[in-house]
Amino acid sequence: MSGLKYTQEHEWILRDGNVGVVGITDYAQGQLGDVVYVELPSAGTEIEAGGQAAIVESVKAASEVYSPVSGKVVAVNDDLADNPGLVNESAEGDGWFFRIELGDPSELDDLMDKAAYDAFIAGLK
Amino acid sequence: MEEALLFEQGAPGRCGVDLPEPSRGENRLGGLERTGDIGLPGLSEPEVVRHFVRLSQKNYAIDAGLYPLGSCTMKHNPRLNEKMARLPGFADVHPLQPTSTVQGALAVMDEVARWLKVLTGLPAVALSPGAGAHGEMCGMMAIRAAIDARGESRKRILVPDSAHGTNPATAVLCGFTVDPVPSDSRGRIDLSALKAKLGPDVAAIMLTNPNTCGLFENEIREAAAAIHGVGGFFYCDGANFNAIVGKVRPGDLGIDAMHINLHKTFSTPHGGGGPGSGPVVLSAALAPFAPLPFVVHGRQGLQLVEAPNGEHGGQAFGRVKAFHGQMGMFVRALTYMLSHGSDGLRQVAEDSVLNANYILAALQDELSPAYPGPCMHEVLFDDRFLKDTGVTTLDFAKAMIDEGYHPMTVYFPLIVHGALLTEPTESESRSSLDQFIATLRALARRAKGGDAAHFVQAPRLAPRRRLDETRAARNPVLRWRPPSPAQAAE
Amino acid sequence: MRYLPHTPSDRAAMMRAIGITAIDELFCYVPKDALLARPVDLPPHAGELAVERVMTAHASRNMSAGSVPSFLGAGAYRHHVPAAVDHLIQRSEFLTSYTPYQPEVAQGTLQVLFEFQTQVALLTGMDVANASMYDGATACAEAVLMANRITRRRKVLLSGGLHPQYRAVTETQVRYLDCAVAAMDADVTGQEAMAPRIDRETSCVVVQNPSFYGHIRDLRPLAAACQAAGALLIVVVTEVVSLGAVMPPGEMGADIVVAEGQSIGNALNFGGPYLGLFSTREKYVRQMPGRLCGETVDADGRRGFVLTLSTREQHIRREKATSNICTNSGLCALAFTIHLSLLGDVGLRRMAELNHRAAVDLARALGSVPGVEVINRTFFNEFTVRLPRPAAAIVDALAEQRILAGVPVSRLEPGRPDLDRLLLVAVTETTQAADRDALVVGLRKVLS
Repeated sequence: MSGLKYTQEHEWILRDGNVGVVGITDYAQGQLGDVVYVELPSAGTEIEAGGQAAIVESVKAASEVYSPVSGKVVAVNDDLADNPGLVNESAEGDGWFFRIELGDPSELDDLMDKAAYDAFIAGLK
Repeated sequence: MEEALLFEQGAPGRCGVDLPEPSRGENRLGGLERTGDIGLPGLSEPEVVRHFVRLSQKNYAIDAGLYPLGSCTMKHNPRLNEKMARLPGFADVHPLQPTSTVQGALAVMDEVARWLKVLTGLPAVALSPGAGAHGEMCGMMAIRAAIDARGESRKRILVPDSAHGTNPATAVLCGFTVDPVPSDSRGRIDLSALKAKLGPDVAAIMLTNPNTCGLFENEIREAAAAIHGVGGFFYCDGANFNAIVGKVRPGDLGIDAMHINLHKTFSTPHGGGGPGSGPVVLSAALAPFAPLPFVVHGRQGLQLVEAPNGEHGGQAFGRVKAFHGQMGMFVRALTYMLSHGSDGLRQVAEDSVLNANYILAALQDELSPAYPGPCMHEVLFDDRFLKDTGVTTLDFAKAMIDEGYHPMTVYFPLIVHGALLTEPTESESRSSLDQFIATLRALARRAKGGDAAHFVQAPRLAPRRRLDETRAARNPVLRWRPPSPAQAAE
Repeated sequence: MRYLPHTPSDRAAMMRAIGITAIDELFCYVPKDALLARPVDLPPHAGELAVERVMTAHASRNMSAGSVPSFLGAGAYRHHVPAAVDHLIQRSEFLTSYTPYQPEVAQGTLQVLFEFQTQVALLTGMDVANASMYDGATACAEAVLMANRITRRRKVLLSGGLHPQYRAVTETQVRYLDCAVAAMDADVTGQEAMAPRIDRETSCVVVQNPSFYGHIRDLRPLAAACQAAGALLIVVVTEVVSLGAVMPPGEMGADIVVAEGQSIGNALNFGGPYLGLFSTREKYVRQMPGRLCGETVDADGRRGFVLTLSTREQHIRREKATSNICTNSGLCALAFTIHLSLLGDVGLRRMAELNHRAAVDLARALGSVPGVEVINRTFFNEFTVRLPRPAAAIVDALAEQRILAGVPVSRLEPGRPDLDRLLLVAVTETTQAADRDALVVGLRKVLS
């Protein structure tokens, strides 16, 4: 998918006007294995760039999810409560975590694009 | 055979105990009686006995075979310990009886304390913690109290990346922050990395020795000197004390506090996950901060200090448990200590280390040791020997079940890929070890021979095949519930 | 040495196989001068008979509660445990197995834990329970930490009717965390008003029922006050048999229930090992400390059980774990589950009724002793009496007559002259009329 930006912590963000949609990458879900639970922030929470926003749990691991940008959470993906497996099936689509109102859109410029992220994870293997 | 849940058995009104009919009379419950059914099934004694015997038969146990669970010290549990713990003079004694009526119980506590102090070379011990992690909390709180008493505000705790998960969790509970220290290529703490992290804000280091890779930290004294040099304390996780009991005194290594899992080194039974007991030995600097209660020698025999009394306990950091600790475990541990004696305990350490190295020597060409030997009481393999076989550490472990063995600890410590941490303990005979070694060699060859299907399908011969942990975690079912009327009608 | 299989020739052969000539070559990483050359200064090994003599001598210097009229309670109770319980928990497969990390070969332990969790939930009137904690006091402290996580608040209010050692353990557990604990004064009469002390910063209110002094209280108004302020209500039960007769905390609006489970299936053991029970509402399950057992299926679709939601625990979350706890009280939980299986609904209710009746009879009898005042209007199997003189000395005097008269409040609340004449007196189904008469006669004599 074009337009997605990535972090070294394996989150992605897609800009939609003055809002960003955030989730974890397909690579990250593959590393975690079957996701069993996602703890999401409540709408209205203010988060700094790089601040902890959510927790994603698989059977054997739990990871913090950090916000790629600063801003205010305006919506969360309620479908994950009943169906956390969405993160495995569609990490960079229906398995999104939350929508955040962009505090400073220029922060997006500091993130990796698809090619840079692919090169980054290739270096991890 | 399937065994239905208790709640799917029995009949209303049935009962496995005979109790007299209560007399009638005045009720003083204040109008707050329980009404309606509790929901417990009614079962007779033969039904209950059969249920639990059948369930027991679905368990693996030390009494049934070698149980090489690394880090857990699954040694033989002598039955004499059980017999002694059940003497009415121990089992049927209330914790709040006048101390004049419990001098024998206090003597047992005092003796356990003496043995632990002599064996560790440290001058004080807090007996009350309920298990190893609880002992860690107790030791770290003593350190925190000592730092506070100096008027300092040190907050950073250095914890190796190979540490048990309880270590960082404990540090946080005591209001500290955790700073990980990397291990070096020899599976030991990287001394230069440790020194680089030292500073006036460091409160303590938490080090396991022998460490979780089954190795003795040969630079432990240098680490102790370094942490003491900046005014910090040295906490030792004593989970692996079995390897050195009677051979090395932690007090001689510069350690300030160390918990001892009585259920590991001193063989109180694990009971499917507890109860444990985790006394903490303390240096002279930390001793004044030990929690209440403790036993002292007074004019009228042994006394229990349960509150600061002017003479004792004025600096105690608090209390970690109701009453006085795991007395039932103290009785078992003392029985074990007296049985082995100073010579036998030393032999325990030597035999446990001998057995682990015997396995290492016999398997080093077939499996892949994570580090060169000698090891201490447990031997660590990684999964290089399974490379390109399509068999994972987990598959290998599950295949051991079909061979009649409980698997070793797998995927711990985290710093080794696909870890297989194997602790035979001193309880295994040479022939038992030979059989175990032959089984592992055959399995390793089978994996390398391309028979991945055998492993991926395992276990086949256990009471259950592999269980769906994802399903359990995604939709937790944590208790039985009565079927709804609709389900019942089906 | 009877527990060590190797003969000297075994050891020699094994050393040859390893390629060493002396055992200390395996200890080569130990600093030379730290390696002890000989055994430490403690007695040498001994045979069963010799050890048994030493231990039996220690035991004989204790007065066992069952050998005399005993009225001790205050969080530890002497009940009759059916013979089948101890027989079954000594089955090798239960006694000598470890935490069920390999569920395929631990279904016995796991199914027991699932049954235990169900029993605890039913007894306390809550949705879910964990697989047990060290004891009631540590469970209480863990409940406070859990409430702080859920509410993200830091003010804790403890009832004056809470067992003083539970209060001390809770205060100790949170003392280095950013947490303000306020404890109400000793609530001897069961009249304390906690609701006015609750505000919007209160994380939780901890109250014991029946209280340390024995009073049974309707907690529903307190639950409502907590709910209105967004605080959680933690209810502590130190005598779990009371739940066979008294309205369960879940029905009164508790958010978390913690209890000492020793009374069912477990001996007094001079204070441990005991059994912490912990239950809560479904919505808080992921914030619970301790192990949890859950139902699932195996590869063939058959029902089975596993430890689950372990990502909350220390071995995965490390410094972010909900608790540092690793061990539970597995074998004590097994004893509890077996005893409660034998009792069932009918047996537990009857046992509770027998306890209550014995207490009512004793209260009436003690009330007739000149100088003795029964303080409680309500109680289950334990109540408080005020004596004309300090209780500790009276208890000591009665102990010399081989009567364990109860627990002086001063033992647990030292340095409080206003409480030193109070005595907690407990009875159970094991107390006989002759025991009661002995206490009444003994008290009359000591007080006259």
